[in-house]
Amino acid sequence: MTSVLHVDRVNRSFGSRQVLTDVSFTVTAGRMTGFVGGNGAGKTTSMRIILGVLAADSGEVSWQGKRLTRQARARFGYMPEERGLYPKMGVQEQLVHLGRLHGLDMAAARRATDALLERVGLAERGKDLLETLSLGNQQRAQIAAALVHDPEVLVLDEPFSGLDPMAVETVLSVLRERAAQGVPVLFSSHQLDVVERLCDDLVIISEGRIRAAGSREELRAAHALPRFRLLVDDDAGWLRDVEGVTIVELDGPGAVFDLAPGVDEQQVLAAALARGPVRAFAPVTPSLAEIFREVTR
Amino acid sequence: MNTYQATRLVAARELRVKLRDRTFIFSTLFFLVIIAASAVVPALIGNGTTTVAVADAATAQLLSASDELEVVTVGDDAEAEQRVRAGDVDAAVVDGPVVVAMDDAPQSLITALSSSPPVQLLNPDAVHPVALFLVPLVFALVFFFISTMFGTQIAQSVTEEKQTRIAEILVAAVPVRALMLGKVLAGGALALGQIGLIAVVALIGLRMSDSGPLLTLIAPALGWFVPFFVIGFVMLAALWAVAGALVSRQEDIASVALPLQMVIMIPFFAVAMFSSNDTLMRVLSYLPFSAPTAMPIRLFTGDAAGWEPFVALVVLLLTTAVSLLIGARLYEGSLLRTNSRTSVATAWREREQIG
Repeated sequence: MTSVLHVDRVNRSFGSRQVLTDVSFTVTAGRMTGFVGGNGAGKTTSMRIILGVLAADSGEVSWQGKRLTRQARARFGYMPEERGLYPKMGVQEQLVHLGRLHGLDMAAARRATDALLERVGLAERGKDLLETLSLGNQQRAQIAAALVHDPEVLVLDEPFSGLDPMAVETVLSVLRERAAQGVPVLFSSHQLDVVERLCDDLVIISEGRIRAAGSREELRAAHALPRFRLLVDDDAGWLRDVEGVTIVELDGPGAVFDLAPGVDEQQVLAAALARGPVRAFAPVTPSLAEIFREVTR
Repeated sequence: MNTYQATRLVAARELRVKLRDRTFIFSTLFFLVIIAASAVVPALIGNGTTTVAVADAATAQLLSASDELEVVTVGDDAEAEQRVRAGDVDAAVVDGPVVVAMDDAPQSLITALSSSPPVQLLNPDAVHPVALFLVPLVFALVFFFISTMFGTQIAQSVTEEKQTRIAEILVAAVPVRALMLGKVLAGGALALGQIGLIAVVALIGLRMSDSGPLLTLIAPALGWFVPFFVIGFVMLAALWAVAGALVSRQEDIASVALPLQMVIMIPFFAVAMFSSNDTLMRVLSYLPFSAPTAMPIRLFTGDAAGWEPFVALVVLLLTTAVSLLIGARLYEGSLLRTNSRTSVATAWREREQIG
């Protein structure tokens, strides 16, 4: 079996409120999977169930084809939505402690901690108490805490929220590094532009149901509209009179338009060329925000 | 990582953090100074000598036999009285003999001047009445203070992990019961260590102040006090850990801990106040919450038969096992509920079944 984290028909309710309904998706090795949804859509609940911090009412989570056990979960790296480490403990000391709780021996935990502190730029602050660090540095320590035991799978709940731009770059490069080593990385976010920039795969959740899942390209292709952008030298207003064309946006020489089914975009291009030079003509791919709006509608 | 290994790591962290904590070190030292002082100071005060001015040579000779008195020989009675008024001496003995002092006649001087009848003790091993009153009080006090103090610290340490949200990372890594057990054991080790230090300091103090006979009387009761104390402490510590897990903020610990404090306080008062009531003490020495103090006291006063502490210890052990099991379930049901205070019923019901 390949290195795949598989969530299979997971249901969960809190009291009478159904929070997750038949949630299924996969996270593939070596890929950054963005988990997208509004507040209260069920992202955190799903992640907590993957980590075994919360139990599912039904359904199961498997890793490499086997139902997840506590032993296997100890090899996962987890960053909960609500951040926290021991405020009155040294950064290095608590990373070593967390490494050991995840099964490393003392020497390995020390080595991993030192390497990781170096990597996130906290090598000089290892001896300092966490609470004396700036907020940005505390967040770096937090990501280090999720990575110290060199996890086989990474599950990060809103890893970029509240990060300063420098920290975002650090965290991002560390995550990409892990993904490149073959680790499946699942991270949630409600900032669609961030996810669009970072992820290879996407899982979209809304009201506890998975609305769409797949690679970014697949989703774009699946939700692509027959929409085109045209830029000519003169006014593009004549497009209004072309049969099968619906103008989305018209601004002097520039236009964005949709084509009715069966209408060939090459005919429109030919018509434009007949009127003068064409500076640009291209299909418009939908942004993640547009796909999100569409699938959660 | 099995529960045992995880428990050890959790306990080791608790110990490291606590042993570096300035408040903890300071309070331990403070405690020790108080104990040392209370063992040594009374002896020092008791050993103070009284100065007496005496004119009569025969009286002077009689009084100088006592090592609690320092005799100052003066010319006549008038001068002796003058020395008392001036505050040079504590008292004077003038013709009569009459003791002259400012406002209080020194007891040691009066004893030296009187003749005591011979005393014959029929049961010389019987416990001194003062000790009979003090020893139960000390046992009850030590158990009360240590279990409250370290119990509160366990609760605070649990709430800290909830409040700082590190609990979720920990729960994802190790079994929840290991988190609780580690804290309980570390608290127990610290409490035992502190009691050990107190005992050593108290013993040295008693030896320095020459209270040897009391020592040999206390020793067997003290020997029994240790296992009762340790197991009793673990029983309470599990409940303290639950108290910490039920709330989300340090400020709220006091309110959930109130019933628990009652459970500790009521046996304390019962044992301290009714230590001479044999029937009540017999009952108290078997009840789990009062056994840790009541049984050693009954052994000290010689009221308990040889087999009794074993039975009480088994009862205490069973109760402790139940307390740990219930505690672990409530702990699992409340540790990750960070929104508000969790009720015991909810914690019992809401325990997550995690594989």
